[in-house]
Amino acid sequence: MKEIDTKKLINFSINGTPAQAKEGWTVLDTARNMGIHIPTLCHHEAVEPSGACRLCVVEARDGAWSKVVVSCMYPPYEGVEILTDSERVKNVRRWVLEMLLAQCPASREIKALAAEYGVKSTRFRIKNPEEQCMLCGLCVRVCAEVVGVQAISLGSRGVLKHVSTPYMVPNRACIACGSCVTVCPTGAMQARLDKVRGDVSQRTGHGFAH
Amino acid sequence: MERITSIQQLELLKNSLQKAKESGRNVVRVCLGPGCRAQGADKVAAAFRDTVRQQGLPVKIEPLIKETGCHGFCKEGPLVTLVPSGLFYSRVKPEDVEEIVEKTIKKQEVISRLLYSENGTSYRTANEIPFYKRQMKLASRNVGDIDPLNIEDAIANDAYQAAAKAFSSMSPDQVIKEVEISGLRGRGGAGFPTGRKWRSASNAVKKRPGPVYVVCNGDEGDPGAFMDCAIMEGDPHSVIEGMIIAAYALDARQGFIYVREEYPFAIRNLTIAMDQARSVGLLGKNIMGSGFDFDIRINRGAGAYVCGESTALFLSIEGKPGEPRAKYIRSVERGLWDRPTVLNNVETWANIPVIIEKGGEWFSKIGVPGSTGTKAFSLVGKVKNVGLVEVPMGVPLSTIVEEIGGGIPGKGAFKAVQTGGPSGGCIPYKLKDVSVDYDSLTKIGSIMGSGGMIVMDDKDCVVDVARYFLRFLEEESCGKCLPCRLGLEAMLEFLDNFTQGKGSLEDIEELKSLAKAVQDGALCALGGSAPNPMLTTLEYFREEYEAHIVDKRCPAGVCKALITYHIDPEACTGCGLCAGICPQSCITGEEKSPHKIVQNACNRCGLCMDLCKFSAITVS
Ligand SMILES: Cc1cc2nc3c(=O)[nH]c(=O)nc-3n(C[C@H](O)[C@H](O)[C@H](O)COP(=O)(O)O)c2cc1C
Ligand code: SF4
Ligand code: SF4
Ligand code: FES
Ligand code: FES
Repeated sequence: MKEIDTKKLINFSINGTPAQAKEGWTVLDTARNMGIHIPTLCHHEAVEPSGACRLCVVEARDGAWSKVVVSCMYPPYEGVEILTDSERVKNVRRWVLEMLLAQCPASREIKALAAEYGVKSTRFRIKNPEEQCMLCGLCVRVCAEVVGVQAISLGSRGVLKHVSTPYMVPNRACIACGSCVTVCPTGAMQARLDKVRGDVSQRTGHGFAH
Repeated sequence: MERITSIQQLELLKNSLQKAKESGRNVVRVCLGPGCRAQGADKVAAAFRDTVRQQGLPVKIEPLIKETGCHGFCKEGPLVTLVPSGLFYSRVKPEDVEEIVEKTIKKQEVISRLLYSENGTSYRTANEIPFYKRQMKLASRNVGDIDPLNIEDAIANDAYQAAAKAFSSMSPDQVIKEVEISGLRGRGGAGFPTGRKWRSASNAVKKRPGPVYVVCNGDEGDPGAFMDCAIMEGDPHSVIEGMIIAAYALDARQGFIYVREEYPFAIRNLTIAMDQARSVGLLGKNIMGSGFDFDIRINRGAGAYVCGESTALFLSIEGKPGEPRAKYIRSVERGLWDRPTVLNNVETWANIPVIIEKGGEWFSKIGVPGSTGTKAFSLVGKVKNVGLVEVPMGVPLSTIVEEIGGGIPGKGAFKAVQTGGPSGGCIPYKLKDVSVDYDSLTKIGSIMGSGGMIVMDDKDCVVDVARYFLRFLEEESCGKCLPCRLGLEAMLEFLDNFTQGKGSLEDIEELKSLAKAVQDGALCALGGSAPNPMLTTLEYFREEYEAHIVDKRCPAGVCKALITYHIDPEACTGCGLCAGICPQSCITGEEKSPHKIVQNACNRCGLCMDLCKFSAITVS
């Protein structure tokens, strides 16, 4: 764990407005504290950030230097200028959203989010019209980090990546707490929970853990 | 061999080994590098051993058979060099061995058939051959010379002298200073200044006392690249010594070498080299009696390309899935097990002993300002002399491709050269005189990368090439972040369309915008640099993209949807060879009269064109 000096403040700016971060805060933490909205998908207060969806990108500028970074992980430093709506930021967001419409066309949440940023259709190939999951891994992380049982995992890699249970069988480790459903930003976990935990009524033993 | 318990003892040992070496004994060096091995070099080496044993040669003549690493000139393999004459025999077959022993070893006669010849000139020794003339070997100084499985041979060639020098006459701080002065930049891709990296790590440990690690990146995943493989196989001691020197400078106790599983010989040679170094007191506890302990462990990578990326590599060594993580905190501060870590590439490590021995100042004068020293390249593709080359930084690209590489196999000039591996850029012929150094390559949109160089000619389609590299990276993407996992696939959709003559000119602009989003948005440099081949080919060969999209034509004759094969009735003799091989049976015609291709059945495999002896088949 990071040792945090809560008294030390970091002065920087977001969209030209002076901003102050406590040590240990990310740009996203600071922006939220100031009421500046930055869209996120794979971020959740309950788990460590992973920086997977890249929807929360902002541009960091320091003199002539500039870089697009993810606000959910980027630690601001004294004097850095953050832009949440620059051309580069908008360009990343627009493409990510358009690609998401093709990746998880069945997710109402994703459709609504895309529409909010003006992305209404996708030109890319839809592989599975029923798909809702965007593979952000939040469900897996909450299950491991918060619930502590690792009933689900991300299998395979690259374009073949998918959320499943270890060995692809309904999982007795699952305690049916529903945390994964709560954190899932796309609504996909709602549809999958039964695959993960199996038929709860068939279980024997005490509670769900055995 | 006795354990070396002091620096003086290493010196004495080296002197006596060198004296033995200079005694004029016959030595036969057989290259057992990856290229020669593939061409049967192990059988050549075995034949030498058998023949020498059977003949029972007198001690004065009996040669030492030495199996070495890559000599560089892989295309001419298996290679054999003879000491002391320096004779250089190429394409040696096991059947030639008896003659070499009879004539050359016993009677000093030259077998001219085995000499390398080019344009009517034949060459007796390696140094005279154009391929070697412009080269300068620092990182690969002993590769191809020493027997990598014999530490005495390495010691006779000055191995561990630089470590001894550092231990006996330099403070850790001076070691770092020397590396800083040398200007050495990382050879693994990003070109980060090595001295600065070591300095930051050293400062980080001062702030947070505790363990610090040194790590060697031997993942070498670029298709066609084998520089690091050649060094690990041919001179593992140079890497080990480089790491010992850094360990001394940073007070590290443990090092790791991460080698891909597909390199079994590199793993074997490193393991044996480390065992030998340990048993003589050059590695492990109390190195050279100095009281300093440092040891190295080998980690085998499971062959995922992304595991060469620093943060993924650390996770992999820690036994976790190799997925990159955000690098807002640098690994010199928090690397392996969250401790300060120095990660360098194989070739970077191999340069360290040279810098310490000859001085940073000396090293900094080689190459050009900003890019000092030499760089090893593996030269592959449409080039005559496929092989491993090492040249001073700053030589023109054309020197490497045309003078050393001998140009393309056919007539004419090369079309383009891809440097920097799958995430590098494609340099067109018109920029052939670009200075090969970090900054000049970056300026024209490419990168130095780790040193792969793929030469292309006019039969390579740049749209297809861009698609090939993108597909490679798409398959290697770890899938963690969206701009890479979905973005590379989306870019491929554009390129697939282009190769089928679909799409519009606006699509080119959209593809560029998507590429920018991937560059900006991806988590690690795999995704971040993946658009490079597409962007550079578009920049330098835009008309070829337009030919696909607007004219529905692939000028290089590669993209299957856009080409047709024809038989030139003037040239066709009606031999019927093509009709016999066509898998679609769509070539018709009477014997001895011109044949024809039935276009709607042709699947454009191109077999007929490869086969025709009269060049009667054309593609358009
Ligand atoms: C996808 C990816 C693959 C990489 N593969 C390698 C590799 O195979 N070997 C290597 O030395 N560096 C590789 N790198 C670069 C390393 O991350 C790192 O920069 C390098 O090992 C540092 O050593 P250097 O400063 O000596 O070059 C790779 C980087 C990326 C993003
Ligand atoms: S199911 Fe939901 S939380 Fe889990 S990876 Fe998919 S989108 Fe993310
Ligand atoms: S850029 Fe590609 S390889 Fe790198 S973290 Fe993202 S998905 Fe993985
Ligand atoms: S919310 Fe920051 S990367 Fe997903
Ligand atoms: S492997 Fe023998 S010359 Fe390269």
